[in-house]
Amino acid sequence: MTDGSAQTPLIEIRDLTMAYGTSVIQRDLSFSINQGDIFVIMGGSGCGKSTLLKHMLGLLRPSQGDILYSGNSFFQASDSQQGAMRQRWGITYQSGGLFSAMTLAENITLPLELYTRYTAAEITDIVAYKLALVGLAGYQSYYPSEISGGMQKRAALARAIALDPEILFFDEPSAGLDPISSRLLDELIAQIKESMGATVVMVTHELPSIFAIANNSVYLDNISHTMIAYGNPADLRDHSNEPVVRQFLTRSAAAAIEDKP
Amino acid sequence: MSSKPPEYTLHDSDPDTAELMLSGDWQQGQRPPRFSRVKSDLASRHLTHLTADGSALGEWDSVLMGFLLQCHDYCNAQGIAFEVRDMPHGVEQLLAVATAVEARPADAQKSSSWLSHFEPQLLVRELWQHLKESLAFTGEVTVALMRLVTGRANTRFVDFKNFCYQAGPHAFGIISLTSVLVGMILAYLGAVQLKQFGAEIYVANLVVIGMLREMGVLMTAVVMAGRTGAAYAAQLGTMQTNEEIDAITTMGISPVEFLVLPRMLALIVIMPLLTLYADLLGIVGGGIVAGGMGIAPIQYIIQGETALSFSHIAVGLFKALVFAVLIAVAGCRAGINSGRSSAAVGQAATNAVVTAIVYLIVADAAINIIFQQLKI
Repeated sequence: MTDGSAQTPLIEIRDLTMAYGTSVIQRDLSFSINQGDIFVIMGGSGCGKSTLLKHMLGLLRPSQGDILYSGNSFFQASDSQQGAMRQRWGITYQSGGLFSAMTLAENITLPLELYTRYTAAEITDIVAYKLALVGLAGYQSYYPSEISGGMQKRAALARAIALDPEILFFDEPSAGLDPISSRLLDELIAQIKESMGATVVMVTHELPSIFAIANNSVYLDNISHTMIAYGNPADLRDHSNEPVVRQFLTRSAAAAIEDKP
Repeated sequence: MSSKPPEYTLHDSDPDTAELMLSGDWQQGQRPPRFSRVKSDLASRHLTHLTADGSALGEWDSVLMGFLLQCHDYCNAQGIAFEVRDMPHGVEQLLAVATAVEARPADAQKSSSWLSHFEPQLLVRELWQHLKESLAFTGEVTVALMRLVTGRANTRFVDFKNFCYQAGPHAFGIISLTSVLVGMILAYLGAVQLKQFGAEIYVANLVVIGMLREMGVLMTAVVMAGRTGAAYAAQLGTMQTNEEIDAITTMGISPVEFLVLPRMLALIVIMPLLTLYADLLGIVGGGIVAGGMGIAPIQYIIQGETALSFSHIAVGLFKALVFAVLIAVAGCRAGINSGRSSAAVGQAATNAVVTAIVYLIVADAAINIIFQQLKI
């Protein structure tokens, strides 16, 4: 872990409070994500993991606090600045978010046409390459509804990396996949992240994924409505002061934890 | 920051071995050479080994990867051993990931030509499919209705009430507007002709009979097809997309009983009431025009009363019942048979409105001809 270093973190969450109307989801969240991290947002169901991700993506406004990208506040930036920040992100959504009325090739072509200066022929080559990266070479003309759920997840990943983003956001990337596909997807994410030099922010509660690829994490508690652990997930599993965090990371029932010293 | 133009050179070290030297910045806006150029260079040689050398590469992005992937695929197809050397960090690994899974063979890909959607036999098949679906659906609805009559259907009364409320009171505004205007149009149309015979007073007969038998119910049905029929198709189509209809089916509940019947019954109850309301407002609208032409309201009412007969009202109400069933069938059929994507739901809604309006016009014509023969 590199927190505490002098350099500006890539993403900084500062005293963030999230609320829907008057009901507070999470309060006083403060953590930072550094360049090259694979950062996991963990927590029980309904604790606000996806809500936190939506705040980071600027889809929801924080009721208090701020989110900074390379030291610049996202919510105080102008529309064009926000647009520039968003172009550096690649995102996959919980249910894929692929455009169902477009083929896989058209899904990936869209951001390339909107934001790059590639020629049409180059875009065709790049689409073929992005699909090959996620193991879907030759599936250009398929519609999302014609391929399996696991393939949809990978196609969504191909669209997310279309613009060679600096930050990749994943909302439950392996939900609904079998253990083998889920592991392959984890490896794929790690390999792509490694070779593109990207930073990954991931919402998940798949323990194997968390231990396999994450190097930093935050745990959101849905009883106290704030973060109760922050650090490397393997460290947290072995040394966290919070029983509920150890419980979560060891997948054990409450009674088993209370026996421990 | 000056950028070097992206280029490649091909060095032959042996007759069967070549090196592809890449140089410059291979990134967007630079227009690096296309693989098709390299391909024609390679085709003239009989190689067994090809090495791509990246030691002179500057900046790079996905366009380089696209190029290398094409090199790899070409060499694979030609039986040439392909490798990369001295590539910038990440390139080799990305290429390994991209080539880990065999590409789906090209012949298995579907043709995406838009012309392929316009084959005549496809159109005929679609029409046939539509006809079969409609018949099957009508059958299912009939069975469900019979179960309802015998009290064995899983239909929730609370749903029925909600649909009545959505279809009825919520439609008052638009029905009021359209029927008043249609009444006025009828009156104007008639007045111009009747004036030539000095028989303006018969505008009242025209409006009353026209609204009661024909225009009141037809306009109401068209509005309901656009408003309620499309809504039913969109609701059921979205439920199909969310696998809600699957859930209902696996609970042992018939989707037709649970989803279609309450909607259809609501329309059957609401349509005649809305029709009566539309008739009344249409007659009022005609009265406004008649008043403008110097016919006193009391004259209009008395003259109108002579045209009023129970059979006219009954014909309108009968049509209202038929139209209600047709709108509900068109809407619910389109929704239940919808595909599972956002585009398919939109298509289902369009389909519902178009078929409903076609059904309405055809049924209206048929009913008019039959009643004409029966002299009703």
